[in-house]
Amino acid sequence: MNAIATITTTLKDWESDQEVRWCPGCGDYAILKAVQRTMPEIGADPAKTVFVSGIGCSSRFPYYMASYGFHTIHGRAPAFATGIKLANPELDIWLVTGDGDGMSIGGNHTMHLIRRNLNCQIMLFNNEIYGLTKGQYSPTSRQGTTSPTTPLGSVDRPASPAAFALGSGARFIGRGFDVSKHLPDVLKAAHAHRGAAFIEIFQNCIVYNKDVFEDFAAPKGAEDRQLWLKNGEPMLFGSEKTGGVKGIALDGEKLTLKVVEVEGGDWQAAGVIVHDVTNRSVAHMLVEMPFGPFPMALGVLYDDPRPTYEDAVLGQDAQAREGKNTDLKKLLAKGQTWTVSEDGPEL
Amino acid sequence: MATQIADPEASIKNHPETVVVRFAGDSGDGMQLTGGQFTLSSALTGNDFATFPDFPAEIRAPQGTLFGVSAFQINFGSTEIDTAGDAPDVLVAMNPAALKTNVGALKPGGLIIADTGEFTKRNLEKAKYESNPVEDGSLAKWNVLAFDISALTLESVKPFGLGNKEALRCKNMWTLGLALWMFDRDRAPLIDWLNAKFRKNPVLAEANIAALNAGHAYGETAELGGQLHKQHIDPVPSPAGLYRTITGAEAVALGLVAGAKLAALPMFFGGYPITPASSILHYLAGLKEFGVTTFQAEDEIAAIAAAIGASYAGSLGVTSSSGPGIALKGEAMGLAVMTELPLVIVNSQRGGPSTGLPTKTEQSDLYQAVYGRNGDTPMPVIAARSPGDAFECAIEACRIATQYMTPVILLTDGYIANAAEPWAVPDPDTFTPFPATFLDKPNGPDGMLLPYARDDKGARPWIKPGTPGLMHRIGGIEKNPGTGNLDYSPQAHQAMTDARKAKVDGVAKSIPAQDVCLGQPGGKLAVVGWGSTFGPIHQAVRRARAKGMDVSHVHVRHIWPLPENLGDLLKSYERILVPEMNTGQFKTVLRDQYLVDAQPLSKVSGQPFAIAEIEAAIATYFDGAPGNAGGDEVGPNAKQLPSIESANP
Repeated sequence: MNAIATITTTLKDWESDQEVRWCPGCGDYAILKAVQRTMPEIGADPAKTVFVSGIGCSSRFPYYMASYGFHTIHGRAPAFATGIKLANPELDIWLVTGDGDGMSIGGNHTMHLIRRNLNCQIMLFNNEIYGLTKGQYSPTSRQGTTSPTTPLGSVDRPASPAAFALGSGARFIGRGFDVSKHLPDVLKAAHAHRGAAFIEIFQNCIVYNKDVFEDFAAPKGAEDRQLWLKNGEPMLFGSEKTGGVKGIALDGEKLTLKVVEVEGGDWQAAGVIVHDVTNRSVAHMLVEMPFGPFPMALGVLYDDPRPTYEDAVLGQDAQAREGKNTDLKKLLAKGQTWTVSEDGPEL
Repeated sequence: MATQIADPEASIKNHPETVVVRFAGDSGDGMQLTGGQFTLSSALTGNDFATFPDFPAEIRAPQGTLFGVSAFQINFGSTEIDTAGDAPDVLVAMNPAALKTNVGALKPGGLIIADTGEFTKRNLEKAKYESNPVEDGSLAKWNVLAFDISALTLESVKPFGLGNKEALRCKNMWTLGLALWMFDRDRAPLIDWLNAKFRKNPVLAEANIAALNAGHAYGETAELGGQLHKQHIDPVPSPAGLYRTITGAEAVALGLVAGAKLAALPMFFGGYPITPASSILHYLAGLKEFGVTTFQAEDEIAAIAAAIGASYAGSLGVTSSSGPGIALKGEAMGLAVMTELPLVIVNSQRGGPSTGLPTKTEQSDLYQAVYGRNGDTPMPVIAARSPGDAFECAIEACRIATQYMTPVILLTDGYIANAAEPWAVPDPDTFTPFPATFLDKPNGPDGMLLPYARDDKGARPWIKPGTPGLMHRIGGIEKNPGTGNLDYSPQAHQAMTDARKAKVDGVAKSIPAQDVCLGQPGGKLAVVGWGSTFGPIHQAVRRARAKGMDVSHVHVRHIWPLPENLGDLLKSYERILVPEMNTGQFKTVLRDQYLVDAQPLSKVSGQPFAIAEIEAAIATYFDGAPGNAGGDEVGPNAKQLPSIESANP
């Protein structure tokens, strides 16, 4: 987020005149709406907002936002964003990428943007498949995924985008999914974070990987399978109606997380952890927490800002310029020179 | 001291106009530093000069090995110098390996100065010498001055209490002192330089100065068997003014700074370490006060992508690399062409495909620059011919990029990047500014924004994100000719492909007509060059003309688009010879563009052309007859294709 004056807009102001070309029923539609709904709420200015994307279904996103937009090349959006931000730090940059774009061909750039801590929001749409190239398995596809390139099932283990981001030094990790009503809240928190804010958004590819997140994203049983994290509040999920309230606690012997039953609302007695978004150790456990034995950790998993890359670079630039000669004439004549006159050269 | 005497007539004691000296030693002997300081001293004496640093790819190759030899050649004189010289007159060999790898180039009768302190059994073995060449008479066709420089150096720095290793490091200064004596040079600037360099360690400064003085005194006082004479090379008559030495890397960096200033833009430079291009990034990183932001990216692709991002946001984006790095940038160049954003891409060419010869020079990325991208992706290409010329070329690249909204490739090479030459410091007040403009309100009918409307040059408007009311989206997908909206239609792709080509072709209207830099339009033979072959071509043509041959030198700066008159100019000659440090790339472009019978003269040894090589090639067009006035029928060599006239009656 930038220290710029906020302005008043409506959702309509963020809809571009371009026809949206995703498959009917694609999760991207819901994410687009969530973003368009978020922008007025954070007071964003379309003239100072730039959506930057790579290549893939998700990367068509900028065309549909009535702001500035740059649809670049496969995997390299983070590098373009870095140049844009260093050239004009006033711009508010949203990076749009996918699991193939951001974790495979562009994994390198994602890592470096995060470790440098460029102030921007990174939305990684994770659908665990290559959509635009027609259904090949991706670096986040689960083992055994059958696809045109893995007719016998994929053998490589999937990468975890949130764990990758945190391992790369991220200071903000958010998670949501396409149709979740909480997604705008995660986006708002990411925008409020000064620095690289990484948001993994599970997105349903209805053509090539339909309902792959249904286990936790389906409305039915959601309470038991989604852990929505809120700063300062205990990590609770489930309900009395669905088989009991549960919580996440620390297994002190194994130094891992564990699921505990909460009796009579007494979560303290059960040892349930209070979520502290600045606790990096817990963040590491949350991004690694396997779905199945545990619910899916969603919301703001980690948020602890530190100085941004552009502030450091431009601060150094400004410092280097202070009181310095900026006369090109003098620069050209720098170093060891000599003058040729009619009597010959002299120092 | 061992001496071998050759024909005294051929020795350097005559009063030559130019002298070529090569310093050669182990990578750790400081030969590049010695050469650099000798160069400066030549400049201060008023000699014209050209240098050729030639060092191994390894940072510190094992001591004493043949592949660890580092050399620095300088050609200096009282006349105009265009090349680092074919064959050295003097070879300073700091060890047997340096002697072995360099002596073959030395002129017959030339002088070898060798440090016998390093001609130990072990070093001789490492250099694969079966017996000691300074004693066995095998160097008889040269003059040899071999003495124990190591011991003399140790003696001279004894009072400073340095360790043996540190003391021996002063050898290069001892040798430089002797060289300064030989050519009647002033030591004072070197002493100032040493004091500045070792400001934090005055003992080292004093030791090095003592070694320098001792080397000088040795020349003054020792009986050197008649081979060594103090000689003075007169200053070259140069126009009055301020001069400095400049390398190609410095010139490119300064030219970019000047170009960004003339365009009234901040510069963003994205780079990734690669030999020999890194020095441009190093240099610019120290020029932040001139509105330069440098970014060492995670890879070559990120470097160009960030530069394009910066251009999109309203800065002048620049990226730089060498062949393999440029290959990685190819896709992003396509995006810059497609989105029509200004960008300068500097390629300091090096040898070979893949890693090839990283520290050697070649001109083999011309195809890559002109043709090397997917799709129809036209891009202007400019080639610098010398370190000083690289300054002007960099400004020209900035002009074309910002005026035409296009990426531009600037080709230099390892030779230009590292070599130094005297440079008449230009006055920036005399440069013509070309300020960039940004769209600030809608440019279409009824307040419509047309990001891909074109001006009379075919360029689209530059629109900075952040500008209210001009929000729009761009990208690499084909677009509608005016609105820039996605448009895959056959009409749109045809129209946009045509428009991109017409724009780049149109750059030719803004560049100077091709001149003939030696000779005249029309005649028997044109030697057509580009890039750093300028020096040897120019000298070879000069010599051939002095012998009466009807040959002219045409040197092309604008490789793409080519100057509008180039076709007619080339067709005015009967024959065209194109010397290149590749297997004939520019030759192919000329044949393709003009259907002329351009013939290649190819060299890909990692070394620049020798003047004599080009001179010999020219002579084949004149029956090799010296004094041939050029009036007779040219005897084509057997390999030649039909002449222009017979091919195009």
